[in-house]
Amino acid sequence: MDVAVCVKQIPDPAVPGRLDASALTLVRTGALVLDAADAVGVELALRLVEQAGAGTVTVVSMAPQGAMVGLRAALAMGAAAAVLVSDDALAGSDALITAKVLAAAIARLGPDLVVAGTESTDGYTGTMPVQLAELLALPSITFVRRAGLCDGALVVERQGEDGVDEVTCPLPALLTVMSGAAVPRYPTYSGIRAARLAPVSVLSVADLGLAADQVGVVGSRQRVVSARPAVGRVAGVAVADDGAVGHLPILEVLDRAGLL
Amino acid sequence: MTPVLGRVWVVVQSDSGRPATSGLELLGWARGAAAVVDAIHWGPDAEAMAPALGAHGAARVLSTGDLGDALPGAAVAAAMAARMGCGDAPDVVLFSPTHDQRDIAGRLSARLDRPVLANAVTLSVADDGGVVTEHELFGGTTVASARSTAGPPHLVVVRPRSLSAAAAATAFSSVDAGRPAAVVPLPVPEIGRLATAAQVRCRGRAVPRVGPSLDEAPVVVAAGRGLGPTDRFELVEELARLLGGAPAATRAAVDAGWAPFTIQVGQTGRTVAPEVYLAFGISGAAQHLIGMKSARTIVAVDTDPDAPLMAIADLAVVGDAASVLTRLVDAVRARRTGPQ
Repeated sequence: MDVAVCVKQIPDPAVPGRLDASALTLVRTGALVLDAADAVGVELALRLVEQAGAGTVTVVSMAPQGAMVGLRAALAMGAAAAVLVSDDALAGSDALITAKVLAAAIARLGPDLVVAGTESTDGYTGTMPVQLAELLALPSITFVRRAGLCDGALVVERQGEDGVDEVTCPLPALLTVMSGAAVPRYPTYSGIRAARLAPVSVLSVADLGLAADQVGVVGSRQRVVSARPAVGRVAGVAVADDGAVGHLPILEVLDRAGLL
Repeated sequence: MTPVLGRVWVVVQSDSGRPATSGLELLGWARGAAAVVDAIHWGPDAEAMAPALGAHGAARVLSTGDLGDALPGAAVAAAMAARMGCGDAPDVVLFSPTHDQRDIAGRLSARLDRPVLANAVTLSVADDGGVVTEHELFGGTTVASARSTAGPPHLVVVRPRSLSAAAAATAFSSVDAGRPAAVVPLPVPEIGRLATAAQVRCRGRAVPRVGPSLDEAPVVVAAGRGLGPTDRFELVEELARLLGGAPAATRAAVDAGWAPFTIQVGQTGRTVAPEVYLAFGISGAAQHLIGMKSARTIVAVDTDPDAPLMAIADLAVVGDAASVLTRLVDAVRARRTGPQ
């Protein structure tokens, strides 16, 4: 079973996000790392291939300036190959364009299964993977917590608002995985060495048969026109707990709110 | 005054046989903004929901009917697209961010080749007739205004409790609010395996909760990973119970297995706005803040005085969350059982 995993390479999540002052797009310069949500997707894909007994995991990413750090991290976990779509024309692409680009790249691979994170850590719109499924004409199961194979079909646990449902789906299909679905394996030393040698194809917009005016800021039909700081909450009182009475101010708050 | 929009569709999901609150919220807003409002629905109970939908301003409920055990995303999106293709198209479609509706919105977006405006907190119409939405970014610290240049229908996923029904005071809907919505079939076109491939084999339901729901609770007691390293969530549940409130957890705590996803607060999960939000061991990642920053009073307990949640809390207690929580539970218990 061959699996394509969408991975996003994002700015360090510990650094507060910001919008570029003039273009009003998310700033994505600086060091990019593998989105932790997608490391979970890679892990799930590796486990499914192990369960199937044969097949490979290919990671696919759309990223600026030839960014490869995240791809190498996924390869070091055990992915066999990587595809990077990188092109200056892609800067400022909205989610739908990203889906079209990834669909074009993944269609060339013809996988049995496509895996993506339910939502990215930085943009968190959560729409791209489902758009991708529709573009690839694949049935999709989102919010997956557990996944396995039974007689060649997927059997997964899908998180709902009221509880967890068991859902089945024959291949080919697309899954989106939740952040808690699996703990990503640590790369081994041999994995890291193999990652340096693993094939990474780098594709441009033209390689995918797309025109520059279909992508990027030019092609996006949703754009930020202005941004302002939200009316913020002002910090209140800070107290240090001494191990004995630090909880008392909390009792006061509860008292004043009429909750005691 | 004239309505700013012609026709709005609101996807209203069924919640134990009744229209989901989130959908009714959006219907309430749409009534004050559009000349005509329709509800979009899937499942066997459109007739049963028609009176409530009509009372909230829907002229019609367009329903695919029973889809059996299939996941609804592809079928409902295809049915909506087909309807629009026949000339029955709205200016705006409003979705709530439930898992199924996010599926429908994404698939419809690809079918129509239009972007989804996700995480919207406001919606207005510009002088040129274009739709402008506002979105909270970076944990709610920045509000960005966005425009869709794709033209109608605009697909908007609205964050819970954002668009208020205050505008419903000037309801434009020409429908008499006492009349049930007219049930109109919304046929699913032939889409092959996409309609039926993904099937629910077994529906698990969470353990019924004790006490008020997260939406109703006056106080929410929430835990993050800082309450660890071991699972101490029963302390959170006890405090919630003693205070007549509801327990909640961050994504990290849910991922660690301390609490079910059904009480996860954050970007994915629930949005709450209680009188008091007590946060134990929560640093306040943007993903979490967006789910609770509208609480009237925030109390945060954490070892890190510079954590984002500590910076916006009305009362920040710097200390070990588990230790403070334990003492607080003892003190509240004593107040409850001691002399009044």
